[in-house]
Amino acid sequence: MFRNVAELVELAEAKNCKISDIMIEQEMEITGRTKDEIISQMDRNLKVMEEAVERGITQDVKSHSGLTGGDALLLQNYMKSGKSLSGEFMLDAVSKAIATNEVNAAMGTICATPTAGSAGVVPGVLFALKEKLNPTREQMVAFLFASGAFGFVVANNASISGAAGGCQAEVGSATGMAAAAVVELAGGTPSQSAEAMAIALKNMLGLVCDPVAGLVEVPCVKRNAMGASNAIVAADMALAGIKSRIPCDEVIDAMYKIGQTMPTALKETAQGGLAATPTARELEAKIFGIALNKK
Amino acid sequence: MKYKSVFDIIGPVMIGPSSSHTAGAARIGRVARDLFGRKPDYAHISFYGSFAKTYRGHGTDVAIVGGILDFDTFDTRIVDALSLAKEQNIEIKMTEEDAITDHPNTARIVLGDEHGQIELVGISIGGGKIEITELNGFDLQLSGEHPALLIVHNDRYGAIAGVANVLAKHQINIGHMRVSRKEKGQEALMIIEVDQNVHQVLVEEIEALPIVQQVVKINE
Repeated sequence: MFRNVAELVELAEAKNCKISDIMIEQEMEITGRTKDEIISQMDRNLKVMEEAVERGITQDVKSHSGLTGGDALLLQNYMKSGKSLSGEFMLDAVSKAIATNEVNAAMGTICATPTAGSAGVVPGVLFALKEKLNPTREQMVAFLFASGAFGFVVANNASISGAAGGCQAEVGSATGMAAAAVVELAGGTPSQSAEAMAIALKNMLGLVCDPVAGLVEVPCVKRNAMGASNAIVAADMALAGIKSRIPCDEVIDAMYKIGQTMPTALKETAQGGLAATPTARELEAKIFGIALNKK
Repeated sequence: MKYKSVFDIIGPVMIGPSSSHTAGAARIGRVARDLFGRKPDYAHISFYGSFAKTYRGHGTDVAIVGGILDFDTFDTRIVDALSLAKEQNIEIKMTEEDAITDHPNTARIVLGDEHGQIELVGISIGGGKIEITELNGFDLQLSGEHPALLIVHNDRYGAIAGVANVLAKHQINIGHMRVSRKEKGQEALMIIEVDQNVHQVLVEEIEALPIVQQVVKINE
């Protein structure tokens, strides 16, 4: 059983297998379930993600509050114009991340990766890669096990809760998980996956959780969008051979400690940050039908 | 380790928008329903910390009531849980508490009817995972993810041995076990998480032990 990223990488290298294989083996060991059962459960989760992405990029999904929805569709249409600066693949990932979170905000069905508020990054990146690299269904399922392995370490050694650790623990973790899994799917080594995770998470450190009106909408949807792009760039950097000067496990530890020292107002209480701006307060009053002076 | 399965990370499949505030809340509500064992006449829910501040925005209210109605995290009926509870004549009361709790996402649920009442405290620790930290005044840790037996018994020698013998006879393996009591020699609570679902026969056998007052089983 692996307790940190160093052990995870070491196990994969010693056995000459992938990170995703180690995660599957551990799941079998802990739950006593068969490999087939575990893989088919992950396949079902993949299907839920696929349906959410599809719904978000083809329908004008609007949340009950009206704060979010329709942006994934805008981006898909813009991509077709051929004028995009960051490139079609990048925007495809971004729009599919947005799609998932728009469906989530509308109380639609999603798969948490690792949480609902950060559910867009992993599938966004994966379903863009599907168009670019044409992976098999098996490879797509493996992508989820690889990202799950890194998320598992973060969840146990730090936090994946915005209320406990800020957005760095949610979108930050998701971004690191996705970056590591991209590396594996693109043919990189387990240690390159760890570098990608470190590079991605380092650039999410300190990110606060400040949802407007307490809703998982603003800025959550767009933070997932940026997380998806961050993950792809970090994966490319690691695949190019760039290393993180701070080892992945220490980055995770730093994230945890930053989360502990972060004020409560910035940890999913809707009391600070963007949630405390005049516009956010106005929106909040409008959505819940309360007078501003009562706040 | 708090998180044991990869599906704690890639999962759960759920109705949005928040794994901690929606899915976690639904799970806490459902454990309460399981423990109560039947449809309650009333449900009094208190929210603490981040739950208290943002429960409306996250759908924590509908989710926790959905759980009390025995809905799973991915059950689309969660969205209409408040009106469904009304249809079933369940009186719902919600309170925002100011008290500071150990965990920011904490809820206290009291379920009852004319035959009895239970009170539990649950926390949502992230990604949809929950722990039940208190039941009827007893401290406990219950993930809600394994079948478990809660046994109210007299705080006397031989209680654990008696229960363990019944489990051994039925070849049930104990994964995690904790015993707590309010006062020496008084009422005590045994919490046993097991690897597989337990049959009613076994519950009745444990209940028949002279030292045991009540047994509640929570199946996966």
